[in-house]
Amino acid sequence: MSAVNETLDTVRSVTESGYKWGFETNIEMDVAPKGLTPDTIRMISARKEEPSWMLDWRLRAFEAWLKMEEPHWARVDHPRIDYQDIHYYAAPKKKDGPKSLDEVDPELLAMYEKLGIPLKERAILAGVEGADEAPQRQIAVDAVFDSVSVATTFRESLAKVGVIFCPISEAIREHPDLVKQYIGSVVPVADNYFAALNSAVFTDGSFVFIPKGVRCPMELSTYFRINTKNTGQFERTLIIAEAGSHVSYLEGCTAPQRDENQLHAAVVELVAMEDASIKYSTVQNWYPGDANGKGGIYNFVTKRGACLGDRSKISWTQVETGSAITWKYPSCVLHGVDSVGEFYSVAVTTNHQQADTGTKMIHIGKGSRSTIISKGISAGQSNNTYRGLVKIMPSASGARNFTQCDSLLIGENCGAHTVPYIESRNPSAKVEHEATTSKIDEDKLFYCRQRGMSEEDAVNLIVNGFCKEVLKELPMEFAVEAQKLLAVSLEGSVG
Amino acid sequence: MTAMLDISGLTASIGDKPILKGIDLSVPAGEIHAIMGPNGSGKSTLGYVLAGREDYEVTGGTVTFEGQDMLAMAPEARAAAGLFLAFQAPIELPGVNNANFLRTALNAIRRAHGEDELDAVQFLKFARAEMKRLSMDGEMLKRNVNVGFSGGEKKRNEVLQMALLRPRFAVLDETDSGLDIDALRIVAEGVNALRGPNFSALVVTHHQRLLDHLVPHRVHVLAQGRIIRSGGPELAKELEKNGYSAVLAEAA
Ligand SMILES: Nc1ncnc2c1ncn2[C@@H]1O[C@H](COP(=O)(O)OP(=O)(O)OP(=O)(O)O)[C@@H](O)[C@H]1O
Ligand SMILES: [Mg+2]
Repeated sequence: MSAVNETLDTVRSVTESGYKWGFETNIEMDVAPKGLTPDTIRMISARKEEPSWMLDWRLRAFEAWLKMEEPHWARVDHPRIDYQDIHYYAAPKKKDGPKSLDEVDPELLAMYEKLGIPLKERAILAGVEGADEAPQRQIAVDAVFDSVSVATTFRESLAKVGVIFCPISEAIREHPDLVKQYIGSVVPVADNYFAALNSAVFTDGSFVFIPKGVRCPMELSTYFRINTKNTGQFERTLIIAEAGSHVSYLEGCTAPQRDENQLHAAVVELVAMEDASIKYSTVQNWYPGDANGKGGIYNFVTKRGACLGDRSKISWTQVETGSAITWKYPSCVLHGVDSVGEFYSVAVTTNHQQADTGTKMIHIGKGSRSTIISKGISAGQSNNTYRGLVKIMPSASGARNFTQCDSLLIGENCGAHTVPYIESRNPSAKVEHEATTSKIDEDKLFYCRQRGMSEEDAVNLIVNGFCKEVLKELPMEFAVEAQKLLAVSLEGSVG
Repeated sequence: MTAMLDISGLTASIGDKPILKGIDLSVPAGEIHAIMGPNGSGKSTLGYVLAGREDYEVTGGTVTFEGQDMLAMAPEARAAAGLFLAFQAPIELPGVNNANFLRTALNAIRRAHGEDELDAVQFLKFARAEMKRLSMDGEMLKRNVNVGFSGGEKKRNEVLQMALLRPRFAVLDETDSGLDIDALRIVAEGVNALRGPNFSALVVTHHQRLLDHLVPHRVHVLAQGRIIRSGGPELAKELEKNGYSAVLAEAA
């Protein structure tokens, strides 16, 4: 994926500001009026040509949301969000999704390029003959632009092995039984304030179904992009791995640079059956706001996986460098006997960013195991909180958890906080927790610089060393991308 | 003979506290000079100031290294110019693999010289050969930089870094302290291997035994921020025998 890096480098060299993905794309948009009423929801549902059960489900979620209160327990602080001052639907003006390069708006293609979407996929989007059959490692991409999925690649080759990878709006129409059975089964509509809001107004996202015994032949990935002004992005992703199947999925996110805050409230649900495994990786780089804390994305996300089958496994890996505020706890509910949940996280906050992130591991099945490795990096005046819950239910005999939370501080004015909750209701369970805090101080930097490294080389070396247990969990190409992203995020944070 | 390193009237303080109170010292190319002196006299401070540590404020004087005004250079530029400081207390870098650290440093310096960078395989080959020459255990490369190293291992690691980076001017700050006999030989060999007409060193030490192996051209006594006496190798022997009191009394 050096091509991606090249692309990123190009973007870096043409933009002067700190945030390198701050471009805005001029594409004609179909935008819903601001505000949220049952009519907004009806409009979204109609635009998506949804069946009536889906509309009813949304309206129920809206009813629930009206009765709920915005949560304030997280260690984040922001002005009140006016939910009536947001557009809940924005779509590029074009009736059907593009089928070939000719139909793809050139602005859109240019955007992919700036996003660094792997070139092979762009070749496929561009309709290059035979690109789909190329022998190199392939990655299928779904690109979600504000409210709609604009392109999904490699669908045919995936279909050959029975894998469904499509926009969720399409799955609702084409695979209603699967969607109906699983949507809201892991994150119920009224699970929390933002999940309820998402359930009412979600506009698109990705849908993945891996049939029994199939090892998905390529990485699947979705690129999310908030483009239109004052638009919330509410995407919904649903991944179902049937017995004995395996899938690795990656999401990447960026947004233009704007002075006002934008809301992103996504829901991701994963379902793993017997012996199935799902690896879900995120490289989140939403616009974090400027150096004075102006603007940036509010990233309020509910991600949860259910290990329903015995020996099933769900693994979350996240590299979070963006957003003004991140509120996010990818979780695993370990129903199956000997099922496995993993959470590997790097969360970086600089300037005035706030992150309150962590995980929940709920052990229900006998012998279920979970591992939590969390690396928080804080610089500037930022605040970084790890919040984790390990809950062992009485049924989970022999359950085990290992948690390691490490914080790295850069400078004097930032904060790192670790809030682990452990609730064990089975005496045979074993729960271990380790935590460390270290600092990139003058001594370390001077030692490296005395050996010839620039201050930035030194910070990168120390940061990458600090994160390596997490980065090694990412698919290789993305690990390289994530490393670069860490370097860019922390640029100028020392000295 | 022109000096490789020329220090003139150098004064430096930490906060408001003056530590170096006017150092004049000239080290010709190809020579090894020893610096001795009581605890707290400013020996390490001199090393840090030469290397460019920012919390030490240079309040006066000049340092010229091969004709360049070294005080105007960033620490990494000084390193690229060929200055190496073996720290009295080497710093631990948790999570940073020693091999990776050394390769990053070596490549930064190679880049500064317009040379090609070494890839991981080339680097390991080079590092293993150097370690063998210094009879060091290759395991050291796999560990995190100085983390959990014994005092002696940290000092050996400094010598290894020096051997790989091949400086033109090395400041060794008590690299011999706390070393067993074998390690002492490693330090001496590390320095002797670099010896030549284009290599000079300042060796800070409290002990004659390292100087037995290195045989310095000059020995300087630093006390209360000033060089109070300089002499040949015999000065070190005299100090070892009589302590500093006579020299200090003489200077007072
Ligand atoms: N960071 C600091 N803040 C305040 N004083 C300092 C600091 N570092 C050094 N000093 C003081 O500066 C003086 C010189 O210290 P330095 O470490 O250079 O001595 P030294 O000659 O290397 O001693 P030793 O033989 O014990 O290694 C001492 O009085 C010491 O206490
Ligand atoms: Mg000292």
